[in-house]
Amino acid sequence: MAARLTTRAFTGLRPSLRMQAPLSLGLRSMASVASTPSEEPQPKTKIFHIYRWNPDEPASKPRMQTYTLDLNKTGPMMLDALIRIKNEVDPTLTFRRSCREGICGSCAMNIDGVNTLACLCRIPTDTTKETKIYPLPHTYVVKDIVPDLTQFYKQYKSIKPYLQHSTPAPNGKEYLQSKEERKKLDGLYECILCACCSTSCPSYWWNSEEYLGPAVLLQSYRWLADSRDEKKEERKAALDNSMSLYRCHTILNCSRTCPKGLNPGLAIAEIKKEMAF
Amino acid sequence: MLAQRATQQSLRRLAASNPSMASQMVFKSLAVGSSMQTRYEILVAQRKNRPTSPHLTIYKPQMTWIPSALNRVTGSVLSGGFYVFGAAYLVSPLFGWHLDSASMAAAFGSLPVAAKVAAKFAVALPFTFHSFNGLRHLSWDLGKTFSNQAVIRTGYVMLGVSTVSAFWLALFA
Repeated sequence: MAARLTTRAFTGLRPSLRMQAPLSLGLRSMASVASTPSEEPQPKTKIFHIYRWNPDEPASKPRMQTYTLDLNKTGPMMLDALIRIKNEVDPTLTFRRSCREGICGSCAMNIDGVNTLACLCRIPTDTTKETKIYPLPHTYVVKDIVPDLTQFYKQYKSIKPYLQHSTPAPNGKEYLQSKEERKKLDGLYECILCACCSTSCPSYWWNSEEYLGPAVLLQSYRWLADSRDEKKEERKAALDNSMSLYRCHTILNCSRTCPKGLNPGLAIAEIKKEMAF
Repeated sequence: MLAQRATQQSLRRLAASNPSMASQMVFKSLAVGSSMQTRYEILVAQRKNRPTSPHLTIYKPQMTWIPSALNRVTGSVLSGGFYVFGAAYLVSPLFGWHLDSASMAAAFGSLPVAAKVAAKFAVALPFTFHSFNGLRHLSWDLGKTFSNQAVIRTGYVMLGVSTVSAFWLALFA
């Protein structure tokens, strides 16, 4: 803006602008400075306890570090609080974040005992209650609230998350679906693989080496339910053992915690039904 | 990390000193093969240092996993008790224990009323809890009552019905 004003001023088309702009800006900033002290609201301080562990000191144990923020100066979401702590209080605090709108799944963590996305989780305005932030439960910690999701991604790869179709399309162009067939994928394709549900599942905590977990099983069902997929029997055969699918004991922490409002528990039940009948 | 770098460096040195060796195929396959292997070894070594994040102790108690854990506990207690009593009954003649119905009833009858009710309640509650929670599981196995609201509602109903019926069994049955 300023640059544009200066160039205009230099071209000499409207020299008056050059004088007006700085003058009005000056007035406005003076006004705001004068009004701030009287309008300063009562600070709303909230205490955050955040899990810390530094891989550069592998011998030291994980600890909880306490931060205090004024909620009047913080955005409404937990991610805003974390970013503000990192920017203004402690730059060593490490966490994942990207889209800040619940579509990338990076900021999945355990906030006040429940797995969720920090960007979709409002900071409770009750300042008497202290917030606790941990990494996703029962994961290897890379640093602070960053979990190691290697196993999770490996399991996702193992279910072949893509359309398997060998016969050519009947119309020679594309595989068509009816509206009803497409509707079966609603509630499945929206999953962003944030791992909130899998890491909320006690069964997955104890058996993550072999049990696939709710997120990967929901994806598994997404391909089983797809009318265009031709490898249904192979997909089912891969799940037909005591560990991959049947470690699900319908605890339903998964459906309760999903930040996208999906229902992995129901998807797993549908797989079990398809396997049984 | 160190091993990976060392491998890379030695391969580069080899390629620089002997250009004919650096035919793309050989170089590529060597580099990829070794780096995958070292990557895996690095991961295993790192995991030995990494702590496991807290789980049971920090997860919020909810109507999902608490009754599920109790379902397993009550099931184990009930079946465990059944097996223990069955085995004891089987070997009781050998050790001279009196576990037949008549002497058990006589021993139970001699207890004060409060102890009778408490003992019956302690057995009845796991039984009713496990039975009524089993009905929720049957409903889930049919793919029904999976919404969060339904899970919470049936959970509270199950807790209420099993407590009331356990009291009824302890007092009147």
